[in-house]
Amino acid sequence: MAQVVVVTSGKGGVGKTTSTAAIGAALAQEGQSVAVVDFDIGLRNLDLILGAERRVVYDLVNVIQGHANLSQALIRDKRIETLYLLPASQTRDKDALTEEGVYRVISELRERFDWVICDSPAGIERGATMAMRHADLALIVTNPEVSSVRDSDRIIGLLDSKTEKAERGEWMEKLLLLTRYDPGRANRGDMLKTEDVLEILSIPLLGIIPESQDVLRASNLGSPVTLNNPQSAPARAYLEAARRLKGESIAVTVPRDKKGFFNTLFGRKAA
Amino acid sequence: MNLLRFLKPRDTAPVARDRLQILLAHERSLVGRSDLVAILREEILAVIAKHVAIDPDKVKVKMAKGETLSTLEVDLEIRAPSNTRIALAS
Repeated sequence: MAQVVVVTSGKGGVGKTTSTAAIGAALAQEGQSVAVVDFDIGLRNLDLILGAERRVVYDLVNVIQGHANLSQALIRDKRIETLYLLPASQTRDKDALTEEGVYRVISELRERFDWVICDSPAGIERGATMAMRHADLALIVTNPEVSSVRDSDRIIGLLDSKTEKAERGEWMEKLLLLTRYDPGRANRGDMLKTEDVLEILSIPLLGIIPESQDVLRASNLGSPVTLNNPQSAPARAYLEAARRLKGESIAVTVPRDKKGFFNTLFGRKAA
Repeated sequence: MNLLRFLKPRDTAPVARDRLQILLAHERSLVGRSDLVAILREEILAVIAKHVAIDPDKVKVKMAKGETLSTLEVDLEIRAPSNTRIALAS
């Protein structure tokens, strides 16, 4: 039975799409079958981050409206054969997402994949509520910064009230993915520490992704960071987070970029 | 180096944490999760009103969130005479 995961944050620009691509690819690298679904109707980007922008023919809205079937719209990754993308529409607006249509697509994806990862748009409007609607589990992407933490708190409130699971009276599982973390600045007292964010949001931690130029480099090339440079600090953090998501228990650490001494000390076994 | 440390303004992260804690305590009581208290209040009221006469204005429902334990406190006044009558009738 597939797990449907929503990657959400409230605030824009915190790393939802990067994280969707990296976690999706990491799970697929572990041999799982994965579909990543872009819910950002009108502003799609997951295709670009995955390097599939020139292969989009049909999209989520086409499938919802019955103009294409799922097999026609799904794009298979050229590097990892168990990773598929269902792109968002670039031309329609978010009202094209109907409740029944989204339910039908998610149900069909559940049958075909181990993981269905829904990349939510920023904000709390229709695209965002539809992305979280049928999820079994939510990844809250948060930067250690006041506005991101506040918006994450708001999203947690919505996950606990507006999802199918919440409406059935069930517990919605939520995990924190702390992104763009700079251990140096946190230690100097200039950035919220992991403990601060965890205490404020009171949800379990899935992983800490360090701020790194490798993320931008990977996006330039249209390759998830876990594939583009698996040894880099953010890639190792995402790969570990994906394994935790699969149920493995690995202690959360902040992988470092420093080469040499630190790599021999912390790096090797994690990657 | 040490001298520079003295000259440096105080750490900003603790200020961020404190501001967030105060703000979110307030926002959580206004949006989202407070719906639950409002819904509970309505439904508890309806159930009790079926059996005893109560004054809706004298019902207080409070939810307190603790580290490991959250409590729901329901405080309501029941007028004695009507209570007795219902008890006899049933």
